[in-house]
Amino acid sequence: MTATTATTTLLRPALSRRVPWTLIVVLVLATVPWLGSRYNVFLAEQIIIDALFAVSLNLLLGTTGLVSFGHVAYFGVGAYVCGILMKTYGVPFIIAFPAAGLGAAFFALVSGYFCVRLIKLYFAMLTLAFSQIVWAICYKWNAVTGGDQGLPEIPYPHLGWMSVIPGLADLRIGDRFYLLSLVLIGVSLAVLHRVVRSPFGRVLTTIRDNPERAAFIGINVRAYELAAFVVAGGFAGFAGALYGIFSRGVFADYVFWSKSAEVMIMTILGGMGFFWGPPVGAAALVWLNQEITDYTQYWSFVLGSILLLLLFAFPGGIVGGIVSLWTRLRNVRRA
Amino acid sequence: MLEISGLCKSFAGFRAVSDVSLTVETRQIAAVIGPNGAGKSTLFNLITGHLAPDSGTVRLDGRDITGAAPYRICRMGIGRSFQRTNIFAKLTVFENLQAAFLVHHRRGLNFWERSEALYRDETAALLVAIGLAGAENTVAGTLGYGNQKQLELGLALASDPQVLLLDEPTAGMSASETHETIALLERIAAERSLTLLFTEHDMEIVFQIAQKIAVLHQGKVIAEGAPAEVRNNPEVRRVYLGHGLGHGLGHTQ
Repeated sequence: MTATTATTTLLRPALSRRVPWTLIVVLVLATVPWLGSRYNVFLAEQIIIDALFAVSLNLLLGTTGLVSFGHVAYFGVGAYVCGILMKTYGVPFIIAFPAAGLGAAFFALVSGYFCVRLIKLYFAMLTLAFSQIVWAICYKWNAVTGGDQGLPEIPYPHLGWMSVIPGLADLRIGDRFYLLSLVLIGVSLAVLHRVVRSPFGRVLTTIRDNPERAAFIGINVRAYELAAFVVAGGFAGFAGALYGIFSRGVFADYVFWSKSAEVMIMTILGGMGFFWGPPVGAAALVWLNQEITDYTQYWSFVLGSILLLLLFAFPGGIVGGIVSLWTRLRNVRRA
Repeated sequence: MLEISGLCKSFAGFRAVSDVSLTVETRQIAAVIGPNGAGKSTLFNLITGHLAPDSGTVRLDGRDITGAAPYRICRMGIGRSFQRTNIFAKLTVFENLQAAFLVHHRRGLNFWERSEALYRDETAALLVAIGLAGAENTVAGTLGYGNQKQLELGLALASDPQVLLLDEPTAGMSASETHETIALLERIAAERSLTLLFTEHDMEIVFQIAQKIAVLHQGKVIAEGAPAEVRNNPEVRRVYLGHGLGHGLGHTQ
């Protein structure tokens, strides 16, 4: 009896340790307005928004194995929904922000319904087609989106209430919005992390690994792909909503397909096999972008070379490289 | 249990499966044999919904399942292993089986619980049953060929099927692996009261464990019945001798 119990316990791998990484990262980044310059806050805000956008893409790319070339469409829908509601209709942020996520998720449901019916390259092409349709609408529908002029001067949310919190009273509005974004993005990342580790997330990884087998353990592959598409689209919408306010305006450029490529580069650069890969990629790309454009106008050339090098040296991205280096060091120490 | 009647499937004019009818009784162990290209895999793909038949029906327990989506057929109680090993190569052995349990228990739309904490006992028990105890943390794709086949059997069993379809369960295995796998299959089929339908090229195995055999040739069933009847069927002997496989059928009694 005892022997049997011992064997069955041995057979189950130990549960992984839980470290509240999201909370730690959020707390560290919350110090930027005090420790850093205005420029540092600007960079940090850009990084955290891109991080959420990239993590939402990675739910498709890394977790489900769906290559979407049009993820910017949902980012853009979020940005426009939030921007239009706040600027044109004076809706408060507390309603406009969730509406942006819901709007993007709804559009993901409609476009995803068609996309998941195709596979691989055809799926990728259709996502790209939908994103270009969104771009065309944003570019031409003057009455609602401002057309090629965009929607400048999106108001900041009312953040006067933050003065009540000790220590925040003398922060600029931009710093306050950064802290608000940090909290919203932190919560979003925590939720996405939980989703990736949930049974739903496990089902998505089986689809990534082997869709044919996944169907024959009883998974409705298309339905799950669509669900992943909707969740990813919704969180991209949240990122877009914050970006529109952060950059003080929403423009058709935000929805152009090159932005989809950029977020994909962030994801792959950081490491799409890891939850924290895309945020690291976002930080690396934003930082590199600033550093290199200070020295040379050939930013794309330098970026391309760096990417080429990284992809060959660390196929698992920056995080993948660090992890394998760490494992090697640990093995050397043990030997 | 499983009734196939008048099943036809053509590919660009080639009749891969032509008017095939076959009945497998509950708890029966049945085999489909035939030379390469006889239509065995196509027949399996028609049963499990991977291909839609041109005509004919497939019934499970009297219920028409013809042309239903594979995931629905799996949920209705048909488990399957594939000819080319079909597992989740990048997940660990434990995760492979656990995923199958999660899906079988309809937990796939659970967005919140921690998946690694669920169905641990069931997975551990199945690991023992299929003889993969100790390999739980191994990445499935790095397992040896025979072990991958065992894992695939586990994936099929996790959905607690009534009928198990095995496409060449011992293909590519060494003699000792083949022997172990067959012993395992017989034991599991008995323990779980499974109905078993399998294809196999090794005639010794077929005549050792099958209670019923159907012989497929050029898409048609040319003989069907108890092993002894099939063994002595002149047409079967002709077809197999023609393919140089006659020795597998043994001597006429």
